[in-house]
Amino acid sequence: MAETTVSAAPRRAPAIAPRVKAAAVLFVLFALVPPVVTALGDPFLVLVATRILAYAIAALALDLILGYGAMVSFGHAAYLGFGTYAVAILSSYGVNDLFLQMLGAILVSAVFAFVTGAISLRTRGVYFIMITLAFGQMAFFFFISLSAYGGDDGYGLSNRSTIFGSDMLENDVTLFYVTLALLIALFALCHRIVSSRFGRVLTGIRENATRMEAIGYAPFRYQLTAFVISGCMTSVAGVLLANQAEFVSPAFMSWHRSGELIVMVVLGGIGTLTGAIGGAVAALLLEEFLGMVTDHWQLWFGLFLVLMVLFSPRGITGLVEQIGRRKR
Amino acid sequence: MTNLFVLQLLNGVQLGVLLFLIAAGLTLVFGIMDVVNLAHGVLYMVGAYFVATFAAWTGSFWWGLLLMLPAAVAVGLILELVVIRRLYTRSHLDQVLATFGLVMMANETVKIVWGVSPLSVPMPELLSGSVPLMGPLQYPVYRIAIIVAGLGVAAGLFLMVNYTRIGMLLRAGATNRAMVSALGIDIGKLFAVVFTLGAVLACLAGALIAPILSVDTGMGESVLILTFVVVVIGGIGSIKGAFLGAILVAVVDTLGGVFGPILLREVLDPAAAGQAGRMLAPMLVYILMAVILFAKPAGLFGGRA
Repeated sequence: MAETTVSAAPRRAPAIAPRVKAAAVLFVLFALVPPVVTALGDPFLVLVATRILAYAIAALALDLILGYGAMVSFGHAAYLGFGTYAVAILSSYGVNDLFLQMLGAILVSAVFAFVTGAISLRTRGVYFIMITLAFGQMAFFFFISLSAYGGDDGYGLSNRSTIFGSDMLENDVTLFYVTLALLIALFALCHRIVSSRFGRVLTGIRENATRMEAIGYAPFRYQLTAFVISGCMTSVAGVLLANQAEFVSPAFMSWHRSGELIVMVVLGGIGTLTGAIGGAVAALLLEEFLGMVTDHWQLWFGLFLVLMVLFSPRGITGLVEQIGRRKR
Repeated sequence: MTNLFVLQLLNGVQLGVLLFLIAAGLTLVFGIMDVVNLAHGVLYMVGAYFVATFAAWTGSFWWGLLLMLPAAVAVGLILELVVIRRLYTRSHLDQVLATFGLVMMANETVKIVWGVSPLSVPMPELLSGSVPLMGPLQYPVYRIAIIVAGLGVAAGLFLMVNYTRIGMLLRAGATNRAMVSALGIDIGKLFAVVFTLGAVLACLAGALIAPILSVDTGMGESVLILTFVVVVIGGIGSIKGAFLGAILVAVVDTLGGVFGPILLREVLDPAAAGQAGRMLAPMLVYILMAVILFAKPAGLFGGRA
């Protein structure tokens, strides 16, 4: 098995390299955002950019199972919620450290993803979509009835998380760079995962589960592991979002949010990792832009989605590749 | 206690009948066309808005209900022709995205056309008031009417599916689409009929509930997810499964909300029981779904998973 992996790696490398380069360009552009917007005299935009980066992490995590495992999870907003509520609940007990809060969020998400994933993965296709959606709603209703933390109305945070006792995240720019650093680290992690043996098996199962089973891999275990990893990563995005908004509410986990995460992944082109980040940027910027020009941004965003599916089935990446091919 | 139980059981059945009307269309669309339609809840909402508008124009709930039907057919046909038809050959992911887009468009359009404040539909004179049920127990006539109407539609659907030509095609289509097409049936026409039928049933559900609920833009969403649970529990493509699933889900949801805290009080102190009950009650149907799927991944009456 080891030999085939080694011999396969160089062949795959050229296909992946340009995407990593594109991601690197994106990261450099992100890093320039705070100085540029501060120079433009609009430092509030740093917070908007932080929100985009946090969603990019969530989209990246979703792409891991959606793009590489063909698991259309329509309940991923639940993990965003676990992340946000981990911050709220732990900080109300005096645990303010960012990494401890992340650990809490990851533990809860791992258990939830393991249990719901194990049940959902017994099914396929339409069933899987609807079941993950239903479990997402279950988590949503749980937090709505959690009256100690505001229930439906949400819960304002008195302070942001601390890092080793320092309150440096109170500075918006620091929070931005911490978020960016986490995005880069998780991108690298995802990249390692998809090019590892585990990632290859996952992709193999996506292409043909029966065949993979025949050569000795149990699809269920690989899929469930990927599902749990993805859920945990999404909860990290939730922890960052809670810090960005300094407010948590069940709205973070509504099924619309799960839908938007899927939109981000598809918009950038599924199964590319870089695309998920680009898709998150594109979707949220489009939302911000439509929100500025019209009161009814949802109408136009919805129309955009319908048209995108009907006319460009492969998202932005598909469009870019199509244009690239035409040029050649 | 018994009175409360009977009352809540009736409420559960009433919700179940309503869920069935919505789930019937959804399960057929899933089963026969293999299309995930997130916009199905929108149709329920639109039905309620239609009846509110038409009842206001004509001054009569009955005329409103009657006028709602052709409008529902039109909405169903247009939706099928313009969007859904193009999704049959696409992946589930594309279907999710496109219909999610439709949900966003529909919610916003409803807000533009009818405004954000909830509408109310006057109760028809004939069906207002309550009837004595047993002992001191009274039950609203209108809710009984919903149960009767829903059961009537269910019976009609049952007869249609089992004893008519179109029903035969529906069952055949749910089992093996390609074969039906190969036998010379115009599958495109069949799909349009199925989708429109589902749309009309969902609109009807929305119209029926309108007099006892405030009509607002969020109403489709809460019901949509419950309907998904119903369809998954019942088994995709099965009308029988949708009916039993709907009643089961609705009764568990209604009774759980009322009796969950009461039962918990036996083992916990009242304050904790109240809190735990409030948190557990909305999760009950999902736990029910998880348990059923754990035992039968294809649902109670599903052929394929």
